[in-house]
Amino acid sequence: MEQLIQQIASGLANGAIYACVALALVMIYVSTDHINFAQGEMAMFSAYISWQLMSWGMSFWVAFVLTVLISFAMGVLIERLILRPLHNAPVLSIIVVFIGLLAIFNSMAGAFWSYLIKEFPSPFPKSSFGIGGVIGPHQLGVVVVTLIVLGMLFVFFRYTPLGLAMRAAAQNPQMARLVGVRVDWMLALGWGLAASVGAVAGIMVAHIVYLEPNMMGGILLYAFASALVGGISNPAGAVAGGFIVGILENMVAYAGNQIEKATGIYIIGNGEKLTVALIIVIFVLTVKPAGLFGRVVVKRV
Amino acid sequence: MAGSRKWVLGLIALAFLVPLLRPVFPDVVSDYRLFLVSTMIIASIAVLGLNLLTGFNGQFSLGHGAFYAVGAYTAAILMDKLNVPYWATIPAAAIVCFIVGYLFGLPALKLEGHYLALATFALALAVPQILKYKWLEGLTGGVQGIVLMKPEVPFGLPLSEDQWLYYFCLVVMIVLFWGAANMLNSRSGRAMMAIRDQYMAADTMGIDTALYKTVTFGISAAYTGIAGALSACAIAFVAPDSFGIFLSIKFLIGLVVGGIGSLTGSVLGGIFYVLVDNSAQSLTQFIRNDLGLPFDLSAYTVFGVLLIAIIYLMPMGIAGGLFMVYRKLRGARA
Amino acid sequence: MAALLEVMGLKAFYGQTQSLYDVGFEIPTGGITTLLGANGAGKTTTLRAICNMVRTDGTIRFDGKNIRGMATEEIVRHRIAHVPEGRGTFTTLTVDENLRIAAYTRKDKQAVKDELERVFTYFPRLKERIQQQAGTLSGGEQQMLAIARALMLNPRLMLLDEPSFGLAPLIVLEIFRILRRINEEEKVSILLVEQNAALALDLATHAYVLETGRVVMSGPSDVVKNDENVRKSYLGY
Repeated sequence: MEQLIQQIASGLANGAIYACVALALVMIYVSTDHINFAQGEMAMFSAYISWQLMSWGMSFWVAFVLTVLISFAMGVLIERLILRPLHNAPVLSIIVVFIGLLAIFNSMAGAFWSYLIKEFPSPFPKSSFGIGGVIGPHQLGVVVVTLIVLGMLFVFFRYTPLGLAMRAAAQNPQMARLVGVRVDWMLALGWGLAASVGAVAGIMVAHIVYLEPNMMGGILLYAFASALVGGISNPAGAVAGGFIVGILENMVAYAGNQIEKATGIYIIGNGEKLTVALIIVIFVLTVKPAGLFGRVVVKRV
Repeated sequence: MAGSRKWVLGLIALAFLVPLLRPVFPDVVSDYRLFLVSTMIIASIAVLGLNLLTGFNGQFSLGHGAFYAVGAYTAAILMDKLNVPYWATIPAAAIVCFIVGYLFGLPALKLEGHYLALATFALALAVPQILKYKWLEGLTGGVQGIVLMKPEVPFGLPLSEDQWLYYFCLVVMIVLFWGAANMLNSRSGRAMMAIRDQYMAADTMGIDTALYKTVTFGISAAYTGIAGALSACAIAFVAPDSFGIFLSIKFLIGLVVGGIGSLTGSVLGGIFYVLVDNSAQSLTQFIRNDLGLPFDLSAYTVFGVLLIAIIYLMPMGIAGGLFMVYRKLRGARA
Repeated sequence: MAALLEVMGLKAFYGQTQSLYDVGFEIPTGGITTLLGANGAGKTTTLRAICNMVRTDGTIRFDGKNIRGMATEEIVRHRIAHVPEGRGTFTTLTVDENLRIAAYTRKDKQAVKDELERVFTYFPRLKERIQQQAGTLSGGEQQMLAIARALMLNPRLMLLDEPSFGLAPLIVLEIFRILRRINEEEKVSILLVEQNAALALDLATHAYVLETGRVVMSGPSDVVKNDENVRKSYLGY
């Protein structure tokens, strides 16, 4: 029983990470109709930036805030300089550009910081507030930080004029222009925010999976699964999807472990996590593309 | 373009003759060089497979590495466990990959544009893990992979192993490209491309779009799978971690740089990514040793920048660019 | 009195297709002008052209300033409000949010608050439904919301594209009455595109008739109303 609770708790922590990356994906999807395949690598690159700042002597939280700001700027620049001119380009071209960004971020991280695996510190001291034996301090910290960030975003979008303008621009760009909203800048801001949220995820997860250029590949796959489960057009859904998938992932591994213990047969375990995510992705895409909370877009002929 | 047929035949003749010039140019026509060219041939076939699906039929795939892996492992398992001769693994891999591709093409019917890209991207990310699955370990050799033997030179011909491998790959490539050219010039080919360009019109015109899309998926997978099987023969080794997402990215680079929807482009693309991949190391050494900068530059930075640059400057790839030049010259004369 | 909006030799294109060939008219300050014409004559295109939502050529001057080619959102910030075909309400936002988004560009909070109150005096029904999602409002209420939102931009000129479309006659009359009040009390000039020629000519002081991308007739609405061709083609008698 205790192990089950542990699995759920760690599923929540993983889920928090997936929720952040999935949210970043959905934010960009809702405002631009594109899937940012480079989201994972951007988050990883942000984690490296924060590592570098810390190795120059900054404390964790100072580096954290600074990295989030730098990532925000990076997102805005990418949207303005690289993506904006391709506004009306065919879908394949844009997908190719995303893959190009993926390759650049991944290889530049390797170039600047090498491919050696590095340890990444946790700001949540080992001795502190973990709920003994059930959830460790870092995992709890991840969930708390994520909820704070998500809460801030919620308040921003719901209650501020700028958040309202961004929502309007995403929903109906043409009409938003007709009420004076500078839609192009809203898109850039959306990218900046997505990059920031991704950075938070990257920094939080680096302690768990260790810092190396390929650390976000599997997480990105899980974020896709989360966004699809929640409904790729629904930000709140993406967050819910993240937690659902996080817990589901651990439940499946747990079930596999139990079966192996009972019968000695290994069906599924920790080594199949990516395969599980793939199955979720294909299943949702073919059976229920709108996910749990999204809306199906009807194509006008 | 009747004129181009002469060019092609000329190039093929050249391709057959050059390796035989080894006694005259022993350094240029070395085993190493021939092996490199063989890998370029294999790469071209792989890129052609992707081109058939994405360039000619409009279905995006970011996961063709998966089919390459299936082809490679099919060949490896047949050779290793069943002692099947290397040349028989090629058609076997083709059949297996056709089936896998067709099966993947069925759910893909429902997916458009970036959703299909997403599904194939997910596939590519998961492939190494699938290959390491415990229950398949008996077949796949798990993390350590399978070690094979390079194809033997038959009939006691006076060729080195690398020369023979080169000819073998060359023949397979000629057959495959010839087949693709014929298919594309036929009614089926036009139907494929109609589906890419104007899906709804093609559908209402009575083309069985579902059938074409799934079969094209199968054929495309078969082509890339054959390339995988050839690579298993050539490298004499398969292991899960060489079939990750970056393999699919290399194919994409070959596709985009060479030219989408172009047979010549597939060849150019294959040559290109093998070249850059191999020069990346010397480039890194140059940066480290000669420029003194502490950077481990990888081929992928070059690839990434090029992908973006090509989309901006030459969306039709090198083949497209050359075609434009050709058209201008032709136009100037006429 | 110089015209508020001057349009001369306006051409408009959807991609490669030309839709307006030579449109010219003037909107006097404080007046209500209507653009009439059959389907496809180019009425909606003209409104879109003023806000640079289509490719244009020619001259468009607002208050003496050249606005042709300016970005849509900048034109709007010059206090031109466009209520498009189909209302364009943000369906997933509430009535309140729809109104507040229009106040996004305005700095003076107090004036915005006063504006909101005034808007509710014109459209009391909206005040009742203030937290309701705009997509769940009836057609008439959405039209009211669209007009109210345009008012929140504190416009000098309001462009209306077929406000009567798909609405019951009683609602249409109510809306037109409100438009007249807005014109008189708020001093907002109006450019009205309407299929319902009779209503439009009743409300407007000036009228222009468009046919296949060109102005074929213009004048005070009384004169236009009594023109034989207009009566036959657009008024049905």
